[in-house]
Amino acid sequence: MTAMLEMRNVSKSFAGVQALRDVNFSVHAGQIHALVGENGAGKSTLMKVLSGVYPHGSYEGTIVFEGEERRFRDINDSEALGIIIIHQELALIPLMSIAENIFLSHPPSKLGVIDRDEVYRRTQELLAQVGLKESPDTLITDLGVGKQQLVEIAKALSKRVRMLILDEPTASLNEADSAALLERLMTFREQGIGSILISHKLNEVAKVADHITVLRDGRTVDSIDCHAEPIQEDRIIRSMVNRDMAHRFPERSAKIGEPVLDVANWSVYHPIHPERQVIKNVNFGVRRGEVVGIAGLMGAGRTEFAMSLFGRSWGTNISGAIRLEGREIVLPSVAAAIDAGLAYVTEDRKQLGLILADDVRKNITLASLDQVAPGRVIDDIAELKVASDYRTRMRIRCSDVYQETGQLSGGNQQKVVLSKWLMTDPKVLILDEPTRGIDVGAKYEIYCIINELAEAGRGVVVISSEMPELLGICDRICVMNEGAFVGEFKGADATQEKIMRAIMRNERNIGNAAPAAAEMGGMQP
Amino acid sequence: MTDKTVSLPEERRHGSFIKNNLRNYGMLMSLIAIMLFFQVMTGGTLLQPLNLTNLVLQNSYIVIMALGMLLVIVTGHIDLSVGSVAGFVGAVAAVLMVTYKVDYTLAFIACLLLGAAIGAAQGYWVAYFGIPSFIVTLAGMLVFKGLALAVLQGQSLGPFPATFQKLSSGFIPELLPEAGTLHPTSMLVGAVLALGLVYASAKGRSREQLHGIEVEPYAFFLGKSVLLACAVLYFTYLIASHRGLPNVLVIMTALIALYGFVTRRTVIGRQVYAVGGNAKAAKLSGIKTERLTFFTFVNMGVLAALAGLVFAARLNTATPKAGLGFELDVIAACFIGGASAYGGVGRVGGAVVGAMIMGVMNNGMSILGIGIDYQQVIKGLVLLGAVCIDVYNQRR
Repeated sequence: MTAMLEMRNVSKSFAGVQALRDVNFSVHAGQIHALVGENGAGKSTLMKVLSGVYPHGSYEGTIVFEGEERRFRDINDSEALGIIIIHQELALIPLMSIAENIFLSHPPSKLGVIDRDEVYRRTQELLAQVGLKESPDTLITDLGVGKQQLVEIAKALSKRVRMLILDEPTASLNEADSAALLERLMTFREQGIGSILISHKLNEVAKVADHITVLRDGRTVDSIDCHAEPIQEDRIIRSMVNRDMAHRFPERSAKIGEPVLDVANWSVYHPIHPERQVIKNVNFGVRRGEVVGIAGLMGAGRTEFAMSLFGRSWGTNISGAIRLEGREIVLPSVAAAIDAGLAYVTEDRKQLGLILADDVRKNITLASLDQVAPGRVIDDIAELKVASDYRTRMRIRCSDVYQETGQLSGGNQQKVVLSKWLMTDPKVLILDEPTRGIDVGAKYEIYCIINELAEAGRGVVVISSEMPELLGICDRICVMNEGAFVGEFKGADATQEKIMRAIMRNERNIGNAAPAAAEMGGMQP
Repeated sequence: MTDKTVSLPEERRHGSFIKNNLRNYGMLMSLIAIMLFFQVMTGGTLLQPLNLTNLVLQNSYIVIMALGMLLVIVTGHIDLSVGSVAGFVGAVAAVLMVTYKVDYTLAFIACLLLGAAIGAAQGYWVAYFGIPSFIVTLAGMLVFKGLALAVLQGQSLGPFPATFQKLSSGFIPELLPEAGTLHPTSMLVGAVLALGLVYASAKGRSREQLHGIEVEPYAFFLGKSVLLACAVLYFTYLIASHRGLPNVLVIMTALIALYGFVTRRTVIGRQVYAVGGNAKAAKLSGIKTERLTFFTFVNMGVLAALAGLVFAARLNTATPKAGLGFELDVIAACFIGGASAYGGVGRVGGAVVGAMIMGVMNNGMSILGIGIDYQQVIKGLVLLGAVCIDVYNQRR
């Protein structure tokens, strides 16, 4: 079997920095080829070379696709041959319908007038192909991220696809949606479409990949034929980071103390649809030094729960009692929540966590300016010292604290956000998806920070869609589904199966609860 | 502590320092270039004491409003109503002082409060109702233009009491014996200001050094201080040799200093920038974003009222046409000065320099006898060019 795509000795450098060195990479028809590596290893650069974003001549080496050498001038050239790339950040227009988005650039038309019937018919075909049960008229903004991802794929399929490149397609999906997506990849494999899957999630890679290529510092460091040898995650991680990660999670010896946060009978309604109860009279607690995980599917209400606690920053008609260190308190605003000792690290650090155009220093002190501003006037030297201090303590890699946060890598941005919240000296920290989109090495560092926080006697709550992560770092895991807690496990007893089973059992009990059932649709044949 | 200072080779430090600061001082250099250009083209008329004094008086109300507008733009909003509000407040001032003979101090305060109330009314819709500021203030622009007409019944109203006129046409009192045409009190004030500025920057620098923070190279610091002091002294010398410092220049300088301090050094200033940079993140960091937005509009209202009073006092009548098109000059000043239309970026110094660029061009082109038609064309192109350069610089 000859390769459908062959990239030979590809090298590419930017202003003296060698991003790719002599990379050889090939994909066969009907193969799922996983490309893994830390952030900055060169995965995206390699894909940009392949798709023509970096035109022929700006790199060294050759690309052979379907038996011929190709010299792409831009992305249109590669698309014309059926090489379609789906980016991590979705490129859909929120206020247009599924059909309009799919046929955005080349709608079927007669004499320049869009043929609506044809658009509708073909959209339905494509949606059936990717297994998305939605009307073509549904607006993108009304879909969850998982379904949006499927629309992107449907859009790709509307063109002639020979090779599909997916850049971290499951980064923002929950387990069920991820599984559904991978399921689709396997059907494409049967149709002879080659796929390149870029992913940080090794369990997924192990599940679907036929071949794995590991990149590190712009070189191919490992190439594994998954059918010839068993996949060893440790081996992949070792090649990725070039250090032994026998333990993906730091050792943890919990010293759990008094209860620090207690939430009783907490109920929250949807801000736009006030008749919909999103959080259903739940009870929740954290102790000093304890790391509690909240597991659940996307849309289970975890973020909404956390944000409603944090000074009612989400939802309406909120009721219930919060006790902090035994005292009952009311938190009408974010400022009050911060003063009381609560901190919430948002799941979307770019949109909700950071001011990207501002420097590291300003971002760190933003939530606790009073500490460096006696009499409301900022003492810039005190501020600089505090910021430099956090930079050293949290090992934030930046040129100095005056560097724009927008220029930092995801892991370092997350450390800036964590610094901001540590500076408020919280008693309880709620971390929402703290490691999303962060490479393996930085993840480990974040886990270490979480451990340190707990050791210092703070209560830590981690919301995560990556179950192995929760299993690796939590003392206790609560499972949320449909706005209620449906299971609770000690860290040592919990397994992925138990957590999934708790969710499924709840789903079945709810029976025909429409939205959740639809989310799960992809899982069931 | 000093070991923390990054020590680069002297030359490279100088090089990178110039590069980093070119953007900050770029607009200032453009202003100087434009001034030199018109100074040469007008055969020295531009910087004649009389013309310079007029230049200050003509642009004071634009500068005053630009200070408020900068904050509004930094929070990511816009205020199109400031011209109309200034005209309306001027009209109300005339009715109070001329028709009803209200005491000028009382009328002055009442007008500032009226400005605050107008700002609050508009800010309320923007901040708490989430209506785009463009629409709210477009409505305000029509409303207050109409109200000004109604209050004045389409007529001009004047003259104002003599003391009130002093707001715009007065000069600081001369306390020392006059030396020829030079006003020594004004000169003294200028000298104290120049020394004060140099002292403050020297103190700041040594404080930073003490804490081991990398400071600008000494030669730059020295050069900058000398230039700054000379510029202030020369400027006051020119002004002092006409009729001394105009009252409105004193007010303006005090306001520039105040707003410069508030934006750079205070918690509230930092929070305003945070709201403009990322309102959602600011809100989740405990900042009361709505309230801040509301107060930037209240502040804008007060400054628009002050500008209206200054303008009315200068013309010595309130006319229904007062304030027409001011908003465009004010907004242009902020954008020429490097403020970002997306919010979160902009400096008080930039807005002031932007206002001065517009003012010098108006004045210079008028002296040269360029018609009002082509003046508009040139000003428009300068605005576009300045913002283009800024966008280009940011992309680099």
